[in-house]
Amino acid sequence: MMLEAVDVRKQFGSQMVLRGISLTVEKGDVVAILGPSGSGKTTFLRCLNFLERADSGTLTLDGDVYDLHTAAKKEIARYRKKTGFVFQNYNLFQNLTVVQNITLGLTAGLGMGRREARTLAMDTLDRVGMAAWAQRYPLQLSGGQQQRVAIARALARNPEILFFDEPTSALDPELIGEVLGVMRELAREGMTMLIVTHEMDFARHVSNRVMFMEGGEVIESGPSKDFFEAPQQQRSRDFIRSIQEARQ
Amino acid sequence: MNDRLWRILTDAFPQLLQKAVEVTIPLTALSFLLALLISVVVALIQYAKVPVLQQICRFYIWVIRGTPLLVQLYLVFYGLPSVGITLAAFPTAVLVFGINEGAYMAETMRGSLESVSAGQLEAGYCVGLNYLQIMTHVVLPQAFRTAFPALSNSLIGMLKGTSLAATITVTDMFRQAQVINGRVYEALGLYTEVALIYLLFCTVLTWLQRLGEQQLVKRTGAVHGGEAK
Repeated sequence: MMLEAVDVRKQFGSQMVLRGISLTVEKGDVVAILGPSGSGKTTFLRCLNFLERADSGTLTLDGDVYDLHTAAKKEIARYRKKTGFVFQNYNLFQNLTVVQNITLGLTAGLGMGRREARTLAMDTLDRVGMAAWAQRYPLQLSGGQQQRVAIARALARNPEILFFDEPTSALDPELIGEVLGVMRELAREGMTMLIVTHEMDFARHVSNRVMFMEGGEVIESGPSKDFFEAPQQQRSRDFIRSIQEARQ
Repeated sequence: MNDRLWRILTDAFPQLLQKAVEVTIPLTALSFLLALLISVVVALIQYAKVPVLQQICRFYIWVIRGTPLLVQLYLVFYGLPSVGITLAAFPTAVLVFGINEGAYMAETMRGSLESVSAGQLEAGYCVGLNYLQIMTHVVLPQAFRTAFPALSNSLIGMLKGTSLAATITVTDMFRQAQVINGRVYEALGLYTEVALIYLLFCTVLTWLQRLGEQQLVKRTGAVHGGEAK
């Protein structure tokens, strides 16, 4: 077991958003978190990187245990050194060039030397096919290109696990493919990934496991093949059918 | 225009320009730097919601924006000596102009800081930066870009506003025009001349502002968040 979240709970006002979610991720797993909007899947993912403070729950990464509610700044900083996060709307630093977007986290964040950081940044940009745009600014790029840079930014820090929060939801349809292509390549290389997504084909063919959430609960979780071919729960079947109908 | 008036105006020109270089421009520059410093500190305190200091900042903005600049100048220069605080005219002007404009610019800066999306902070945390690093490398530079046109406005306003220093005996460009006028009695000609010199300076500042904005566009590829597809 590489990452384990146990009994994650979160309430916004009187609304229970997460009713005790648990998840175990093995090294090299690609887990797709599926569910209708409002199911709590994004909140769950954000809690796992302390972008949202859970009301309770524990997290284990590499044998280190973190309390999702009470973890101190220092612990969170140590934890985040091992994780990368990709946002729905990219969140690239708009005042920095593409290459600076990546080097900043390496120099200021990890204390790496400038030259070393630059070399690593260029190598990583090359992996996502964005090396030629290194000197551009984020707003000069298409959404798909920005998201590929954002993936490179998370990747360059050599994380043990990458979190993706609906990485293609803000993209024009013709730009989705290039981002999914990069993610597929990462999966093939054995990167451990946790992906909140609406891309059913991607979940089906690239992820090896699926966690299906609704109303702040896990309805069903297991191997992707089983989930799509023989869903156990009625709500899972309804969800898969509604997605298929929407696409026809 | 008769020869006498022409001679008065051409004689006055180098004297006015000298006072502009010796007094008006340094007074503007120093006051603006002070205002900028105050505004950044005050805006950051409010942005970070530092307890107590935040209330002090709101009080400062409330008082300064709620009282006339001329009254503030008189209060410090003519009022404070009676409680034992006596400052020379020029430092008084720098202090009052800086503190006064600082209150307005603090609100500009605060608005600009708050316009930087929360996602930029989150992304900073996720790549291992701490709050201070995110502020200096990401949030403040973006806030400055947003604030740039409004800050330029403040600078232009301040340049003209320094003419109020004449009322507390600072011999700036305007005061110099008054002095010459007292001798030769050509108010229309002299004050038109001094107005034209202010206009010239402000034109240069406007031109610099445009140049600055073009540089900012070049260095982000967009004006204030507009997206290139």
